[in-house]
Amino acid sequence: MRLQDPQSTVSFTFDGRRYRGVPGEPVAAALLAAGVRLVARSFKYHRPRGIMSAGSEEQNALVTVGRGPQAEPNVRATVLEVSEGLEVFSQNAWPSLKHDAMAVNDLMSPFLGAGFYYKTFMWPKPFWEKLYEPVIRRAAGLGGLSGKANQDRYEKAFAFCDVLIIGAGPAGLMAALTAGRAGADVILADEDTAMGGRLLREVEDVDGQPGPDWAAETIAALSAMDNVRLMTRTTVTGAYDQGTYGALERIAGLRRAGKPLECFWRIVAKRSILCAGALERPIAFPNNDRPGIMMASAVRSYVNRWGVAPGKAVTIFGNNDDAHRTARDLVAAGVKVAALVDCRDDVQVDGDFPVYTGAQVVATKGRRALERITISHAGGTRDIRTDCLAMSGGWNPTVHLTCQMNGRPTWQADIASFVPTPGNVPGMVTAGACNGAFSTAACLKEGAEVAAEVATGLGLKPKVTVPSADDSAYRISPLWAVPGQGRKWIDFQNDVHVKDIKLAAQENFRSVEHMKRYTTQGMAPDQGKSSNVVALAVLADATGRGIPETGTTTFRPPFVPVSIAAMGAGSQGKGFAPERLTTSHCASVARGAPMIEAGLWYRPSYFPQQGETHWRQSCDREVRYVRNAVGVCDVSTLGKIDIQGPGAAALLDFVYTNTFSTLKVGRTRYGLMLREDGHVMDDGTTARLGEQHYVMTTTTAAAAQVMRHLEFTLQVLRPDLNARIMSVTEQWAQFAVAGPRSRDLLNSVLDDQIVDADWPFMACGAVDVAGVQGRLFRISFSGEHAYELAVPARYGDSLFRLLTAQAESYGGGAYGMEALNVLRIEKGFTTHAEIHGRTTAFDIGMDRMISRKKDCIGRTAAARPGLIDDDREQLVGLKAVGAVKQLTAGAHLFAQDAAPERVNGQGYTTSVAYSPTLQTGLALGFLKRGSARHGEVLRMVDHLRQIEAMVEVCDPVFFDPEGGRARG
Amino acid sequence: MVKLLSRSPCADLLPCTVGTITMSEVLLDRVMSVAPFAGQAKPTSAALKDQIGLGLSAPGRAVSNRRARVVWAGQRMWLVAADVSLDGLAAVTDQSDAWAILRIEGEGVEDVLARLVPIDLRASTFKGGHTARTMLGHMSVGITRVGAQAFEFMAMRSMAATLVHDLQVAAENIAAR
Amino acid sequence: MRITCPNCGERDRREFYYQGDALALTRPAPDAGPHAWDDYLHNRDNPAGDTQDLWFHEAGCGAWIVVNRNTVTHAIDDTRLAATVKR
Repeated sequence: MRLQDPQSTVSFTFDGRRYRGVPGEPVAAALLAAGVRLVARSFKYHRPRGIMSAGSEEQNALVTVGRGPQAEPNVRATVLEVSEGLEVFSQNAWPSLKHDAMAVNDLMSPFLGAGFYYKTFMWPKPFWEKLYEPVIRRAAGLGGLSGKANQDRYEKAFAFCDVLIIGAGPAGLMAALTAGRAGADVILADEDTAMGGRLLREVEDVDGQPGPDWAAETIAALSAMDNVRLMTRTTVTGAYDQGTYGALERIAGLRRAGKPLECFWRIVAKRSILCAGALERPIAFPNNDRPGIMMASAVRSYVNRWGVAPGKAVTIFGNNDDAHRTARDLVAAGVKVAALVDCRDDVQVDGDFPVYTGAQVVATKGRRALERITISHAGGTRDIRTDCLAMSGGWNPTVHLTCQMNGRPTWQADIASFVPTPGNVPGMVTAGACNGAFSTAACLKEGAEVAAEVATGLGLKPKVTVPSADDSAYRISPLWAVPGQGRKWIDFQNDVHVKDIKLAAQENFRSVEHMKRYTTQGMAPDQGKSSNVVALAVLADATGRGIPETGTTTFRPPFVPVSIAAMGAGSQGKGFAPERLTTSHCASVARGAPMIEAGLWYRPSYFPQQGETHWRQSCDREVRYVRNAVGVCDVSTLGKIDIQGPGAAALLDFVYTNTFSTLKVGRTRYGLMLREDGHVMDDGTTARLGEQHYVMTTTTAAAAQVMRHLEFTLQVLRPDLNARIMSVTEQWAQFAVAGPRSRDLLNSVLDDQIVDADWPFMACGAVDVAGVQGRLFRISFSGEHAYELAVPARYGDSLFRLLTAQAESYGGGAYGMEALNVLRIEKGFTTHAEIHGRTTAFDIGMDRMISRKKDCIGRTAAARPGLIDDDREQLVGLKAVGAVKQLTAGAHLFAQDAAPERVNGQGYTTSVAYSPTLQTGLALGFLKRGSARHGEVLRMVDHLRQIEAMVEVCDPVFFDPEGGRARG
Repeated sequence: MVKLLSRSPCADLLPCTVGTITMSEVLLDRVMSVAPFAGQAKPTSAALKDQIGLGLSAPGRAVSNRRARVVWAGQRMWLVAADVSLDGLAAVTDQSDAWAILRIEGEGVEDVLARLVPIDLRASTFKGGHTARTMLGHMSVGITRVGAQAFEFMAMRSMAATLVHDLQVAAENIAAR
Repeated sequence: MRITCPNCGERDRREFYYQGDALALTRPAPDAGPHAWDDYLHNRDNPAGDTQDLWFHEAGCGAWIVVNRNTVTHAIDDTRLAATVKR
């Protein structure tokens, strides 16, 4: 029921029915205004539930927003803002909220208490995964996901400030005002749609004016300061090391395509002030979960802030003075107060409504919503007709953030709750209700004073002026659970009641952490915000300990649920990882080449031609280009590292197993690089361009790793070496020109002709390419007479087009990764398929490349007996024998007559190819004592793909073992 | 006689405008990396001063004059936008084609960058002439403030498309608010 | 987590690559024997308290940094450039 006619309304739907609401108010307020009380079914027992709170701590009123891929489950109706066209659905009910078939669980409840699953579904063991769990998961639960990709946008962002103030109630506003006026860079974050905290929800004066007016004035003053940033709808969700905080912003305004829904902030603050306020806690009495039973402070929020009466005849049940203001506000708003029930004897309440002191609610009735309650009073019981019960078990300071870095809170008996332990989070101080200071006057004062301390610590000169406000004492007498029969709910969201906790204690789950896991109390999306203190008070009682000894469970971020979409914002689709494109990318794509990912790079697999229907046809053709004419391939993705300085040669000698100080200027050498543990890290060629100038190439995959390794060597291991390194990968576009006609092709594009006498195998030097200064290396990864030609990257696109066009005129053309792979397998050249991190120089037959004349990284460890054991798996070639359909990489090798089982494993394959040159299937692999077993026939078994073949062991160099083609 | 044609890293990608934000490509004719050898930082700086009127800038700083720019680019590393000759003093490599350089400017540019760059870019801490090596999304970049509402990014040439894409998406999200 | 790079100032942890214990600063001589090499390659203390390790400012200035930090409090007491640290 609305107390005033709203100025403007919009329409939204709940379970398909149309309702009107005031823009910006929570859906919960609009539903209450429309008299909707049943909004959800509970997690386990499917009990009817209504709206319980007026904030992010809501336990019951979880709903789904939107439909299809856009559907967002488990949104709290108390936080979700009403907007035009919003579609809201109830969840966890079938076929409908009113008639939920799974409510049968509630009738079964005597059998479904804590630990029920553990005891009942113990065995037969396989049944758990296949039968029990799926059934239980269907029966119990919250909202579901569509399973479809959501195209909604989310954001992530960073922010920096001197002082982060968390919460903009009276304490937070005063803190921001004080720190802001002192000149500090302030971020004030509050999860509500408007700042002011309880000033917007209570009837109180500050500085002689109504609370909301003072808040508005203060916010206006803060907005006018350049050094203060106000962030509404922003919940600080976590406190992390070195002053980093996580915060979730719900972006204001209508949901529409292209507009982000949420932003996940990482805020870095020199200091922070927690002004998070306090949360009212429920009282455990029988059937305290019916729709219509809600927190007293929530009733006041709906009445005072949104002008909505949650009931026609409201009862109040509390154990503290603060609850009484509920009656006062309701009367002022013209809502009938059916009764005020206070468990304490010694309280004075004036008002034109029945007051029962020393009384407790002992029963409630109403099938889908509250209709009446029974109270015990003066030795008897009494029934009261009421459709809304406002309960208050006192207030719990919101200490969560102070405990997220493993700190624990401190019990404070006079407020019967926990307060933050100072110093728990470095750089964070607390003020106001979250610190146990509950009166508005105390909040204002603490906010100002704490902010002044913080500002002083930052070297500023703050002034403290505190406005006057209500300073009435908060008197409370603890009441956790009302004695008597019936289920008394504690954790409404996870359906945990008093008996469950007592059962946990009885079954010796006495530690609070064990109780939590046994009962699931505190494990729901609300993480026990409202239920934790009550639960551990009940546990303390059941185990005969005090509350401080019982202690709390561990608080962990996030304070409110954060959608994975927000945390992973920007990382969908193209945002997942940077794309590295070569200069020939456009030309390759234009030729229809399918691109494959190589690390972050995109490289062409092959270049299809008309009439080719299978990649193998293209690949075989491209291999023949290189073997018979000339092929062109973009190899710019290989890492290129420029090394200069007096210590350049010594650096290379130290990081490579072989020697580079002896390399002549104008020559290139293959190098093998080990990790310090003796295994192969990478390989590649390094060219000596000058006396103190080298350029190293790395594999595409290991480029970043090698760069890091070289910096590690120079800065950590050998700072004595006077050398400097710089990546030049991006500077040069580099193309392999390979095949018998490669020199002819080059001579058609180089300004000066080259001859073999000046450019023998492994030569390198400067050349001019169509008027551009480039570099030429006579190196080969195909086993053919070949070169790599590099030009500044701006000319890469142009040179690729020129080279491929020329190659075509010689009966060749461009080749891609598939052909490159076949060519190198035919030659037994290794890639990271072979040097995969577990292989040594010995394993790949290169142990003689480890120079004995000098130290190098990995040399000592590579000499360990276990790494040079003859029994190790060594690199071999494998040739298909007989009618073989397919060889596969990752298959295992067995003796012909051995069962293909792990214990009989002799080795495995790493790379496979069909060789159009040798017209047979080839593989590289590792085989125990492999180099001594050439000629043996083995069985290759791929258990995953169910492929078997016979293979003959041979030298890994299948083609042109003498190497005459490359050298010639 | 064939001639090779030059193509810039952001050709076909820039300029572009999203809301109040404009992005454009910066083309520098020459960019050299300069890494002084051990004990040679001062002589290198002096030689640079002779040649281009600018010495090595302090870590985190960029300096420029009409002829050239010197941008600190990391541990013992500077990028110099000019031809320089520093034989025996410093390792010099040609980086003229290695970088995609993008200028982004307009009202709210810091809000756009806050979506992608994990460092403090507030005008009070990251002032004109300040430069940093940091990240943009998942990419390693250099960023320099070149105006009250203008920044320059240097990213790997091969990542030019991602650089533009990420900034575009961030700017669109801000514009949609 | 934030680490102060001696070149760049305080930066988010995402810019850094974590290597491990700073004992790499004292690489044994090639002939130091199997025990010394075993310790260097494999054996690490796991202290509840102060520890010294190496981080690489990979997405920043490229400096290798020696970081002194506390595994219990997560406090970082000191960071220095590995290239200039005394060993």
